[in-house]
Amino acid sequence: MTFAMAIGTEYYLALSALLFAIGAGGLLVRRNPLIMFMCIELMLNAANLAFVSFGKEMSDLGGQMSVLFVLVVAAAEVVIGLAIVVAVMRRRPKASIDEVSVLRG
Amino acid sequence: MEAITFFIAALIAIAGACGVVLLKNPVHAALSLVATLFGVAIHFINLEAYFLAAVQVIVYAGAIVILFLFVIMLLGVDRAENMESDPIIGQRQLAILAIAGLLILGIFIGVAFSGEVTGVPPIEAQQSTFEGGLAIDNGALFDKVPPKENIKEIGRALFSTRYVFALEITALLLTIGVVGAVVLTRKTKSELDPIPVVEPPVWMRNSEEEIELTHNEDQEEPIGEIVDPFPEDLSNDELEVNGE
Repeated sequence: MTFAMAIGTEYYLALSALLFAIGAGGLLVRRNPLIMFMCIELMLNAANLAFVSFGKEMSDLGGQMSVLFVLVVAAAEVVIGLAIVVAVMRRRPKASIDEVSVLRG
Repeated sequence: MEAITFFIAALIAIAGACGVVLLKNPVHAALSLVATLFGVAIHFINLEAYFLAAVQVIVYAGAIVILFLFVIMLLGVDRAENMESDPIIGQRQLAILAIAGLLILGIFIGVAFSGEVTGVPPIEAQQSTFEGGLAIDNGALFDKVPPKENIKEIGRALFSTRYVFALEITALLLTIGVVGAVVLTRKTKSELDPIPVVEPPVWMRNSEEEIELTHNEDQEEPIGEIVDPFPEDLSNDELEVNGE
Protein backbone atom coordinates (compact mmCIF):
# COMPACT_ATOMS: atom_id res chain seq x y z
CA MET A 1 0.00 0.00 0.00
CA THR A 2 1.49 3.25 -1.04
CA PHE A 3 1.02 6.52 0.72
CA ALA A 4 1.07 8.52 -2.43
CA MET A 5 -2.37 9.90 -1.74
CA ALA A 6 -2.67 13.65 -1.64
CA ILE A 7 -3.84 15.25 1.57
CA GLY A 8 -6.28 17.90 0.53
CA THR A 9 -7.85 20.66 2.53
CA GLU A 10 -10.82 18.43 3.30
CA TYR A 11 -8.70 16.21 5.53
CA TYR A 12 -7.51 19.16 7.59
CA LEU A 13 -11.04 20.51 7.83
CA ALA A 14 -12.34 17.15 9.01
CA LEU A 15 -9.61 16.95 11.63
CA SER A 16 -10.38 20.51 12.67
CA ALA A 17 -14.07 19.73 13.02
CA LEU A 18 -13.27 16.66 15.09
CA LEU A 19 -10.97 18.58 17.42
CA PHE A 20 -13.58 21.31 17.79
CA ALA A 21 -16.26 18.76 18.61
CA ILE A 22 -14.07 17.10 21.23
CA GLY A 23 -13.34 20.48 22.78
CA ALA A 24 -16.98 21.54 22.80
CA GLY A 25 -18.06 18.24 24.29
CA GLY A 26 -15.44 18.50 26.99
CA LEU A 27 -16.51 22.03 27.77
CA LEU A 28 -20.05 20.81 28.31
CA VAL A 29 -19.16 17.66 30.20
CA ARG A 30 -16.39 18.62 32.59
CA ARG A 31 -16.89 20.53 35.84
CA ASN A 32 -13.34 21.60 36.61
CA PRO A 33 -12.88 25.20 35.41
CA LEU A 34 -9.24 24.62 34.49
CA ILE A 35 -10.14 21.71 32.24
CA MET A 36 -12.92 23.78 30.74
CA PHE A 37 -10.30 26.37 29.82
CA MET A 38 -8.18 23.65 28.26
CA CYS A 39 -11.18 22.62 26.18
CA ILE A 40 -11.56 26.22 25.02
CA GLU A 41 -7.90 26.07 23.95
CA LEU A 42 -8.69 22.92 22.01
CA MET A 43 -11.47 24.67 20.15
CA LEU A 44 -9.23 27.65 19.38
CA ASN A 45 -6.61 25.28 18.01
CA ALA A 46 -9.17 23.62 15.79
CA ALA A 47 -10.14 27.03 14.42
CA ASN A 48 -6.45 27.84 13.88
CA LEU A 49 -5.97 24.65 11.92
CA ALA A 50 -8.92 25.52 9.70
CA PHE A 51 -7.53 29.04 9.20
CA VAL A 52 -4.12 27.80 8.12
CA SER A 53 -5.46 25.12 5.82
CA PHE A 54 -7.78 27.57 4.12
CA GLY A 55 -4.92 30.05 3.88
CA LYS A 56 -2.78 27.48 2.11
CA GLU A 57 -5.65 26.54 -0.15
CA MET A 58 -6.16 30.16 -1.17
CA SER A 59 -2.42 30.96 -1.26
CA ASP A 60 -3.21 33.81 1.06
CA LEU A 61 -1.35 35.00 4.10
CA GLY A 62 -4.56 36.17 5.76
CA GLY A 63 -5.10 32.79 7.35
CA GLN A 64 -1.75 32.84 9.08
CA MET A 65 -2.21 36.44 10.18
CA SER A 66 -5.56 35.52 11.71
CA VAL A 67 -3.91 32.67 13.59
CA LEU A 68 -1.34 35.06 15.02
CA PHE A 69 -4.05 37.33 16.36
CA VAL A 70 -6.01 34.37 17.68
CA LEU A 71 -2.89 33.29 19.55
CA VAL A 72 -2.53 36.69 21.18
CA VAL A 73 -6.19 36.87 22.14
CA ALA A 74 -6.06 33.32 23.49
CA ALA A 75 -3.10 34.21 25.67
CA ALA A 76 -4.91 37.25 27.08
CA GLU A 77 -8.06 35.21 27.60
CA VAL A 78 -6.20 32.52 29.50
CA VAL A 79 -4.52 35.08 31.73
CA ILE A 80 -7.78 36.78 32.66
CA GLY A 81 -9.68 33.53 32.98
CA LEU A 82 -7.11 31.95 35.26
CA ALA A 83 -7.02 35.12 37.35
CA ILE A 84 -10.78 34.85 37.82
CA VAL A 85 -10.45 31.17 38.68
CA VAL A 86 -7.76 31.95 41.25
CA ALA A 87 -9.85 34.77 42.74
CA VAL A 88 -12.89 32.53 43.09
CA MET A 89 -11.18 29.31 44.11
CA ARG A 90 -9.14 31.00 46.79
CA ARG A 91 -12.35 31.58 48.70
CA ARG A 92 -14.30 28.49 47.63
CA PRO A 93 -11.65 25.81 47.49
CA LYS A 94 -13.70 23.12 45.79
CA ALA A 95 -12.70 22.84 42.19
CA SER A 96 -16.08 22.92 40.57
CA ILE A 97 -17.58 25.39 38.17
CA ASP A 98 -20.81 25.25 40.17
CA GLU A 99 -19.14 27.36 42.84
CA VAL A 100 -19.36 30.30 40.49
CA SER A 101 -23.14 30.14 40.67
CA VAL A 102 -22.91 32.42 43.71
CA LEU A 103 -22.27 35.20 41.21
CA ARG A 104 -25.93 34.99 40.30
CA GLY A 105 -27.66 38.03 41.70
CA MET B 1 5.18 11.49 2.86
CA GLU B 2 2.71 14.22 3.59
CA ALA B 3 0.03 11.61 4.14
CA ILE B 4 2.13 9.70 6.68
CA THR B 5 2.91 12.88 8.56
CA PHE B 6 -0.70 13.92 8.46
CA PHE B 7 -2.06 10.72 9.88
CA ILE B 8 0.55 10.43 12.61
CA ALA B 9 0.04 14.04 13.69
CA ALA B 10 -3.73 13.67 13.50
CA LEU B 11 -3.52 10.61 15.73
CA ILE B 12 -1.40 12.52 18.25
CA ALA B 13 -3.76 15.50 18.20
CA ILE B 14 -6.94 13.48 18.58
CA ALA B 15 -5.48 11.26 21.29
CA GLY B 16 -4.35 14.33 23.20
CA ALA B 17 -7.76 15.95 22.82
CA CYS B 18 -9.48 12.83 24.11
CA GLY B 19 -7.02 12.83 27.00
CA VAL B 20 -7.92 16.40 27.90
CA VAL B 21 -11.58 15.52 28.03
CA LEU B 22 -11.36 12.09 29.64
CA LEU B 23 -8.50 12.23 32.13
CA LYS B 24 -9.62 13.01 35.63
CA ASN B 25 -6.45 14.56 36.99
CA PRO B 26 -5.99 18.16 35.78
CA VAL B 27 -2.21 17.74 35.55
CA HIS B 28 -2.60 14.80 33.21
CA ALA B 29 -5.12 16.76 31.18
CA ALA B 30 -2.66 19.65 30.84
CA LEU B 31 0.07 17.28 29.66
CA SER B 32 -2.19 15.73 27.04
CA LEU B 33 -3.09 19.25 25.95
CA VAL B 34 0.64 19.62 25.17
CA ALA B 35 0.38 16.54 22.95
CA THR B 36 -2.50 18.08 21.04
CA LEU B 37 -0.64 21.36 20.60
CA PHE B 38 2.39 19.52 19.24
CA GLY B 39 0.19 17.63 16.83
CA VAL B 40 -1.32 20.87 15.56
CA ALA B 41 2.20 22.32 15.26
CA ILE B 42 3.17 19.37 13.05
CA HIS B 43 0.14 20.12 10.92
CA PHE B 44 1.28 23.71 10.64
CA ILE B 45 4.65 22.54 9.36
CA ASN B 46 2.84 20.28 6.95
CA LEU B 47 0.88 23.28 5.73
CA GLU B 48 4.10 25.31 5.25
CA ALA B 49 3.32 27.68 8.12
CA TYR B 50 6.71 27.36 9.74
CA PHE B 51 6.56 30.52 11.80
CA LEU B 52 3.22 29.57 13.24
CA ALA B 53 4.51 26.14 14.17
CA ALA B 54 7.31 27.71 16.16
CA VAL B 55 4.96 30.21 17.77
CA GLN B 56 2.53 27.43 18.58
CA VAL B 57 5.16 25.46 20.45
CA ILE B 58 6.70 28.47 22.18
CA VAL B 59 3.56 30.34 23.17
CA TYR B 60 1.12 27.51 23.75
CA ALA B 61 3.25 24.69 25.07
CA GLY B 62 5.81 26.98 26.62
CA ALA B 63 3.65 29.66 28.16
CA ILE B 64 -0.03 28.82 28.34
CA VAL B 65 0.24 25.24 29.50
CA ILE B 66 2.87 26.26 32.04
CA LEU B 67 0.42 28.89 33.25
CA PHE B 68 -2.21 26.19 33.61
CA LEU B 69 0.18 24.03 35.60
CA PHE B 70 1.13 26.97 37.82
CA VAL B 71 -2.52 27.62 38.66
CA ILE B 72 -3.19 23.92 39.26
CA MET B 73 -0.30 23.76 41.69
CA LEU B 74 -1.14 27.11 43.27
CA LEU B 75 -4.72 26.17 43.99
CA GLY B 76 -3.90 22.61 44.89
CA VAL B 77 -6.80 21.31 42.84
CA ASP B 78 -4.80 18.45 41.40
CA ARG B 79 -7.18 15.85 42.68
CA ALA B 80 -9.40 13.79 40.53
CA GLU B 81 -12.79 15.05 39.60
CA ASN B 82 -15.80 13.05 40.57
CA MET B 83 -17.19 12.02 37.21
CA GLU B 84 -20.00 9.93 38.58
CA SER B 85 -22.11 12.57 40.23
CA ASP B 86 -24.06 14.66 37.83
CA PRO B 87 -25.00 18.05 39.24
CA ILE B 88 -27.56 18.64 36.55
CA ILE B 89 -29.36 15.41 35.90
CA GLY B 90 -28.69 14.00 32.45
CA GLN B 91 -26.61 16.94 31.34
CA ARG B 92 -23.52 14.94 30.39
CA GLN B 93 -25.42 12.43 28.28
CA LEU B 94 -27.34 15.21 26.60
CA ALA B 95 -24.12 17.11 25.89
CA ILE B 96 -22.44 14.10 24.29
CA LEU B 97 -25.55 13.39 22.23
CA ALA B 98 -25.78 17.02 21.10
CA ILE B 99 -22.14 17.19 20.05
CA ALA B 100 -22.31 13.90 18.16
CA GLY B 101 -25.50 15.04 16.48
CA LEU B 102 -23.95 18.35 15.45
CA LEU B 103 -20.91 16.55 14.02
CA ILE B 104 -23.09 14.21 11.99
CA LEU B 105 -25.21 17.15 10.85
CA GLY B 106 -22.03 18.93 9.74
CA ILE B 107 -20.97 15.87 7.76
CA PHE B 108 -24.37 15.81 6.09
CA ILE B 109 -24.16 19.49 5.24
CA GLY B 110 -20.67 18.99 3.87
CA VAL B 111 -21.82 16.11 1.71
CA ALA B 112 -24.85 18.07 0.56
CA PHE B 113 -22.70 20.92 -0.61
CA SER B 114 -20.32 18.35 -2.10
CA GLY B 115 -17.41 19.44 0.09
CA GLU B 116 -15.23 20.53 -2.77
CA VAL B 117 -12.78 23.30 -1.91
CA THR B 118 -11.84 24.81 -5.21
CA GLY B 119 -9.23 27.25 -4.05
CA VAL B 120 -10.64 30.01 -6.19
CA PRO B 121 -11.87 32.94 -4.13
CA PRO B 122 -15.26 34.27 -5.12
CA ILE B 123 -15.43 37.26 -7.40
CA GLU B 124 -16.83 39.51 -4.67
CA ALA B 125 -13.86 38.81 -2.42
CA GLN B 126 -11.41 39.69 -5.15
CA GLN B 127 -13.22 42.90 -5.94
CA SER B 128 -13.57 43.98 -2.35
CA THR B 129 -9.92 43.41 -1.59
CA PHE B 130 -8.61 45.03 -4.70
CA GLU B 131 -10.92 47.99 -4.63
CA GLY B 132 -11.19 48.50 -0.91
CA GLY B 133 -7.80 50.14 -0.70
CA LEU B 134 -6.66 47.89 2.10
CA ALA B 135 -4.47 45.53 0.16
CA ILE B 136 -0.83 46.43 0.58
CA ASP B 137 1.74 46.80 -2.14
CA ASN B 138 -0.52 46.30 -5.13
CA GLY B 139 -2.08 43.18 -3.73
CA ALA B 140 1.09 41.26 -3.05
CA LEU B 141 -0.70 39.25 -0.39
CA PHE B 142 -2.81 37.56 -2.96
CA ASP B 143 -0.01 36.43 -5.15
CA LYS B 144 1.38 33.00 -4.73
CA VAL B 145 3.69 33.15 -1.77
CA PRO B 146 6.61 30.76 -2.08
CA PRO B 147 6.99 28.71 1.07
CA LYS B 148 10.49 29.90 1.86
CA GLU B 149 9.32 33.49 1.85
CA ASN B 150 6.58 32.85 4.36
CA ILE B 151 8.21 34.33 7.42
CA LYS B 152 9.40 37.42 5.59
CA GLU B 153 5.95 37.92 4.14
CA ILE B 154 4.33 37.54 7.54
CA GLY B 155 6.61 40.17 9.02
CA ARG B 156 5.96 42.52 6.16
CA ALA B 157 2.20 42.03 6.36
CA LEU B 158 2.11 42.41 10.14
CA PHE B 159 3.44 45.95 9.94
CA SER B 160 1.66 46.93 6.77
CA THR B 161 -1.31 49.22 6.74
CA ARG B 162 -3.52 46.18 6.53
CA TYR B 163 -2.73 44.68 9.92
CA VAL B 164 -0.79 47.22 11.94
CA PHE B 165 -3.89 48.64 13.60
CA ALA B 166 -4.97 45.19 14.74
CA LEU B 167 -1.43 44.59 15.98
CA GLU B 168 -1.52 47.69 18.14
CA ILE B 169 -4.94 46.79 19.48
CA THR B 170 -3.64 43.38 20.50
CA ALA B 171 -0.75 45.09 22.27
CA LEU B 172 -3.29 47.14 24.21
CA LEU B 173 -5.24 43.95 24.93
CA LEU B 174 -2.17 42.25 26.37
CA THR B 175 -1.50 45.27 28.58
CA ILE B 176 -5.07 45.20 29.83
CA GLY B 177 -4.70 41.48 30.45
CA VAL B 178 -1.61 41.92 32.61
CA VAL B 179 -3.16 44.74 34.62
CA GLY B 180 -6.43 42.85 34.99
CA ALA B 181 -4.69 39.72 36.24
CA VAL B 182 -2.83 41.73 38.86
CA VAL B 183 -6.00 43.50 39.98
CA LEU B 184 -8.06 40.32 40.13
CA THR B 185 -5.62 38.28 42.18
CA ARG B 186 -4.43 41.06 44.47
CA LYS B 187 -5.05 40.60 48.14
CA THR B 188 -6.78 43.47 49.83
CA LYS B 189 -5.72 44.82 53.18
CA SER B 190 -8.60 43.49 55.18
CA GLU B 191 -9.13 39.83 54.57
CA LEU B 192 -12.38 39.43 52.75
CA ASP B 193 -15.27 37.60 54.31
CA PRO B 194 -15.85 34.17 52.84
CA ILE B 195 -18.75 33.92 50.48
CA PRO B 196 -21.70 32.46 52.41
CA VAL B 197 -22.78 29.00 51.45
CA VAL B 198 -25.92 29.27 49.41
CA GLU B 199 -28.32 26.41 49.25
CA PRO B 200 -28.51 25.31 45.63
CA PRO B 201 -31.89 24.97 43.96
CA VAL B 202 -33.51 21.58 43.82
CA TRP B 203 -32.71 20.91 40.17
CA MET B 204 -29.00 21.26 40.82
CA ARG B 205 -28.78 18.64 43.52
CA ASN B 206 -27.15 15.57 42.25
CA SER B 207 -27.76 12.31 43.92
CA GLU B 208 -30.93 10.65 45.05
CA GLU B 209 -29.61 10.03 48.52
CA GLU B 210 -29.32 13.71 49.14
CA ILE B 211 -32.86 14.31 48.02
CA GLU B 212 -33.88 11.43 50.26
CA LEU B 213 -31.89 13.02 53.02
CA THR B 214 -33.66 16.29 52.67
CA HIS B 215 -37.04 14.65 52.50
CA ASN B 216 -36.36 12.25 55.34
CA GLU B 217 -38.79 13.01 58.09
CA ASP B 218 -37.07 10.80 60.65
CA GLN B 219 -34.01 12.92 60.91
CA GLU B 220 -34.61 15.75 63.21
CA GLU B 221 -33.17 18.51 61.23
CA PRO B 222 -34.46 21.95 61.99
CA ILE B 223 -36.26 23.43 59.04
CA GLY B 224 -34.20 25.98 57.25
CA GLU B 225 -30.82 24.56 58.08
CA ILE B 226 -28.50 24.79 55.17
CA VAL B 227 -27.67 21.46 53.59
CA ASP B 228 -24.14 21.29 52.28
CA PRO B 229 -24.49 19.87 48.78
CA PHE B 230 -20.89 18.59 48.76
CA PRO B 231 -20.18 17.02 52.15
CA GLU B 232 -16.50 17.09 52.88
CA ASP B 233 -16.05 13.54 54.19
CA LEU B 234 -18.05 12.07 51.34
CA SER B 235 -15.96 13.82 48.73
CA ASN B 236 -12.76 12.85 50.46
CA ASP B 237 -13.79 9.22 50.40
CA GLU B 238 -14.84 9.23 46.82
CA LEU B 239 -12.12 11.36 45.35
CA GLU B 240 -8.66 10.04 44.97
CA VAL B 241 -6.41 12.64 46.51
CA ASN B 242 -3.28 12.91 44.48
CA GLY B 243 0.11 12.58 46.04
CA GLU B 244 -0.96 10.75 49.14
